[in-house]
Amino acid sequence: MKALTNIIRKEIKEMLTKSTILPIIVLAILFGYLGNMMSGVQEEATSESIIGVVDLDDGVLSDITMDVLSRGAKIVYNGTDIDEGLAVAKQEGATALLVIPSNFTENISNETAGTIQIFWIMKGAGLLDSISSISVQNLISSVELGISAYMIETGSSSDPSLVLDPTTTTDTTLFKDKEMDGISPSTLDAIISSQSLTVPLIIMMIIMMAGGTVISSMGMEKESKTLETLLTLPVKRSSIVTGKLVASAIIGLLMAGIYMLGFNYYMTSFSAGVDIDLAEYGLALNTLDYVLIGVSLFVSLLAALSLCMVLGTFTRDYKSAQTLTGPVAILAMIPMFITMFKDYNTLPLAAQVLLFAIPFTHPMMAMRSLMFDDYILVISGIVYVTIFAVVMIAIAVWIFRTDRLLTGSRKRDISKSPIMRLLKR
Amino acid sequence: MPAVEVKDLDKNYGSFKGVKGISFEVEDREVFGLIGPNGAGKTTTLRVIATLLEISGGSVNVFGHDLAKEPHEVRKILSYLPEDAGAYKNLTGRDYLRFIANFFASGQAAKDIVARGIEIAALGNRIDDKVNTYSKGMTRRLLVGRALMTNPRLAILDELTSGLDVVNAQEIRKIVKDIARNGTTVLLSSHNMLEVEYMCDRIALINDGVIVEMGTPAGLKKKYDASNIEDVFMRVIT
Repeated sequence: MKALTNIIRKEIKEMLTKSTILPIIVLAILFGYLGNMMSGVQEEATSESIIGVVDLDDGVLSDITMDVLSRGAKIVYNGTDIDEGLAVAKQEGATALLVIPSNFTENISNETAGTIQIFWIMKGAGLLDSISSISVQNLISSVELGISAYMIETGSSSDPSLVLDPTTTTDTTLFKDKEMDGISPSTLDAIISSQSLTVPLIIMMIIMMAGGTVISSMGMEKESKTLETLLTLPVKRSSIVTGKLVASAIIGLLMAGIYMLGFNYYMTSFSAGVDIDLAEYGLALNTLDYVLIGVSLFVSLLAALSLCMVLGTFTRDYKSAQTLTGPVAILAMIPMFITMFKDYNTLPLAAQVLLFAIPFTHPMMAMRSLMFDDYILVISGIVYVTIFAVVMIAIAVWIFRTDRLLTGSRKRDISKSPIMRLLKR
Repeated sequence: MPAVEVKDLDKNYGSFKGVKGISFEVEDREVFGLIGPNGAGKTTTLRVIATLLEISGGSVNVFGHDLAKEPHEVRKILSYLPEDAGAYKNLTGRDYLRFIANFFASGQAAKDIVARGIEIAALGNRIDDKVNTYSKGMTRRLLVGRALMTNPRLAILDELTSGLDVVNAQEIRKIVKDIARNGTTVLLSSHNMLEVEYMCDRIALINDGVIVEMGTPAGLKKKYDASNIEDVFMRVIT
């Protein structure tokens, strides 16, 4: 029994290290945050919708419509001016402005479906950002039911299909100064979702694979004791750092490319039903946009690799290198999950700051931001990540120039530090 | 001008002093040995001279180049063979030698260096096998070939025959002696005092980071009236 306890104690000590616990804690916090976000979304989906209504019809069916809407939603604008209605709706955080045209009752009475014009006020382009539009669509269904019930009670139509489906809708989505006619947020989401899912995943895979290669390379150099020989050769330290970065980037891109070929095929099977021309809605990317996405990806990869290079200098062997890839994977997973589900602009400020600070976030959201002409976010991200990468490379080169690579971090006598001496005085 | 000039060298690891103010000189084309027990400071001294560790105090000059100011110049003329060193496991022996040679020369000159490395390593057809298939002795031979193929002005060899059997060890010692005769200065360390006695023109005995004795093997044996360097060492440190 004593021997068994002894072995268990040793195994726990070996396995339970800071580097194994820290990623789990960060993951737990991340999932906690995501869970909180999901419950918020659920609340949003089930809570009362906020809408504005422009009623241009004085007929009985528009009265029924207004009655249903006022029972199912909080109406922040009820008037006859569309522009004024839109301004108020935006100000009050409404999901949509519903316009009942002047011929609404007349059309249905003449055996033609009445049209409700919906101006969607979209706040974000994440998968969860269009949830609130579902409750408005449910409201429209309730309106239809109300009108159908009236038509059955009064026997005002002999056309069963009209009785069952007395209204149609036309959609206009307003998002970030863009007005997109004929498209609803849920359709827009379906278009963007392929990017929302694929782009962050590609970036995460590239970063994890290329970063893992750098860290492992350092671990292997130390384990097989080739580093000492390398450092005594007549080669500049900056060349060693650059060589490792470039080689790892090539391998990382290659590995991620192969991985994503399969994944892309998998994803296309989901998006096969959505065939909409983005240019029609002003969402197509131009050459400058693609250049910016490329630059954003390049500097992020550079930042990831240089961060991994710095982390790699702390490895002792190949095994410890594997555990050090954990923090990098988490740093890549946080923005991947969040940018998949939520638009950067709809996040709380603290989450925005966190996401901006993680260099891998920027290429993940660059495509979506550029679709909606948010150049400031993309360019400021590129500038930040470039500075981050330069600082990391400088730190890596500095570490290679010192003997910390071989001796590890030095424990300093804190009592002799200038600050402690000052405090003693 | 001495090949290596070490003056009052200190090397600290945090608060621990690995080397405490040692001084010695190695003459051009000399084979100089550092001997001492584990943790005495031999490897630390060699690593400092090999430009791997920073100097905490004192100075080191290699063929007139100040190590602290011109480490890159020093790297051009030295070759370092660490104890327990390895080679890149996924490369063949030949590819490994080629990789190293390309830092020193290009074209035909690099090919000549590789040919010399292959000759020293004497691995036969196995030179084209991957390093991960080599025995410890074969890897060491490859590394000795790597260390000496560039005809360095200074070869720093830490535990030269570590892990080698008697036959391989003797062959390697002969190669190093030949290299020294042909103009390479050799600075080596070893636990094996008989090896040091056989190979070195002069030796320094190092204990607890301090050089406690220095001289020719014959001179030291005479001074301490000892039959071999092992006896000399025991008498010096006790």
